[in-house]
Amino acid sequence: MSAATHSATADRKRRFRPDRDVEEWHGKYYPYDLIKEGIIAFIVVLIVVVGLAVIFSSPDDKPVTVKSWSTANPVDFAQTAITELDGTSGTATYGPPYNSTTGSSQSIGPISPESWFGVHHPIDTANDYVIDPLQTLPNTPEVQAAVTEYKSASADQQASWTAAYEKAVANATYSNGVLTVPKGDYGPVGTMIAGLTSMARSGALDGALLSSRQFYGTDYTKPLLFIADGQYLANLGAADHLGGDQWGMMNETGNWPGQAWLWLYTMWYQVPPFKTSANADFQVWAVMMFLTLLLALVPFIPGLRSIPRWTRVYRLIWRQHYKDLAPSGPLGKGAESDRGP
Amino acid sequence: MTIDTETQVNPSADLPEDAHQLTAKLRHAAVEALPPQKLMPDRQPAYVASWIYVFGILTVSALAVVILTGIVLAIFGPNWWHVSTVGLFFNSLHLWSVEVFFFCMVVHLWGKFFMAAWRGRRRATWVSGVIAFVISVATAFTGYLSQQNFDSQWISTQAKDGINSTGAGAIMNVTNFGQMIMWHIVLLPLVVGILVGGHILLVRLRGVVPPFAPPDQLAIEVKQGVPADTAATAASEVQA
Repeated sequence: MSAATHSATADRKRRFRPDRDVEEWHGKYYPYDLIKEGIIAFIVVLIVVVGLAVIFSSPDDKPVTVKSWSTANPVDFAQTAITELDGTSGTATYGPPYNSTTGSSQSIGPISPESWFGVHHPIDTANDYVIDPLQTLPNTPEVQAAVTEYKSASADQQASWTAAYEKAVANATYSNGVLTVPKGDYGPVGTMIAGLTSMARSGALDGALLSSRQFYGTDYTKPLLFIADGQYLANLGAADHLGGDQWGMMNETGNWPGQAWLWLYTMWYQVPPFKTSANADFQVWAVMMFLTLLLALVPFIPGLRSIPRWTRVYRLIWRQHYKDLAPSGPLGKGAESDRGP
Repeated sequence: MTIDTETQVNPSADLPEDAHQLTAKLRHAAVEALPPQKLMPDRQPAYVASWIYVFGILTVSALAVVILTGIVLAIFGPNWWHVSTVGLFFNSLHLWSVEVFFFCMVVHLWGKFFMAAWRGRRRATWVSGVIAFVISVATAFTGYLSQQNFDSQWISTQAKDGINSTGAGAIMNVTNFGQMIMWHIVLLPLVVGILVGGHILLVRLRGVVPPFAPPDQLAIEVKQGVPADTAATAASEVQA
């Protein structure tokens, strides 16, 4: 009989499987101070953490505001604002949970949870980002008249104006506080976007995008999505190696490690078919959910649960144990068991 | 009248136990499942002799530092660390303890994988550990969303597409700072705490998984479907 004095505890009625069952230990026990080990581990971790914090600190880059964005790049702001007004921006065409744009939800075959759950954080970009904030501006009769004219026009007329402005603003310039857009038949839209740009640069738009809610606001969905629709934020992210194609999800600004544990999730976005798929987000999530389920259920899956036995990495972990079990080892001579817990 | 202040007598000590009480039943079940020597053992099996075993307690220690530094940040509020040097230091402690926590947890997880630590009615221990890891990832993620800086803006506007694609965006709005910070400091830490606590109790309940039988005996186990020792004993009895 083995010197380790194993005894079977697995149910005798079912076949013993070494990857599922185990012979419980009746071999030697050694003194072990659980609390002492815990205290030492805590102190070691604390020293390491304090050392890392002192040496490397933590990143805290200032957030982008609508004011800082429109100040740094007013043309990009104006080009984004017109897409919010004419409903062609990323947010305007997003679909659920922000609006009900059809055909924009991601899916795998007939499965599309995004559209099943529907709109939960409604955003009407034309009104929420352009018209409503402009209507809060005091002492701006020219802007208010432009808003009135725009609102009272037919949908076709509005579309004609915004299309003309969107084409013209592609070649806009900004100097000495003035947004200069090539002439075109865009009616009151030019006055509206110029007014919104001035409002944004003054900082008033940041407040207006939140003030539609209660006094104590903590929901930044509207201003964040507005800012994300522009190219300015994307350029800052790309410059800091945070783009989706730069493993951006797991990175942080600067050289800090970020969420390194998201490496597998981020990796799928770098490889085909996910890299170019219109449903990449849902597909990657589906893959990750499947893999997570697989990891959690390893003990129940024949084959998968045998990998540790096949790879024999356990021989390294328990090398002292197997050494002791050898005929010349202390357990190989049939040593008496010490008392267990 | 004199009062004996030296000896305090518990008046309920002599009363018979109400064994039918739910409280008494729960106490008996808890003590039976986890007697003090099992809950806080002062002996370990001889095979627990590898550095890999240290990573479990290191993970718990790092979690303790995460919670303590998080409490300090919560006391002073979310704006504090942006305007105070001391606050920035505590935020750095919080960040690095999270990094150490995940490093130790991943090493612990893979260590347990290669030990096949689910053997012998330890499957719940494994599953609870994996779920604790996944919820920890979500907790850290909401922490990154609650920083109120460029990183938060970037991560929330990028991550929203993945969350929304699953339909979860209807409930979990990653661009809503108020919701994310509540998830980060209340809901998810509570779940992680319960899972880690349950995981540790399961480890104490089932003990540390014993090693595989040596290769020659393992071959017998696989072939005959019985523990190697049982097979060896049966064989010797037949020979006798």
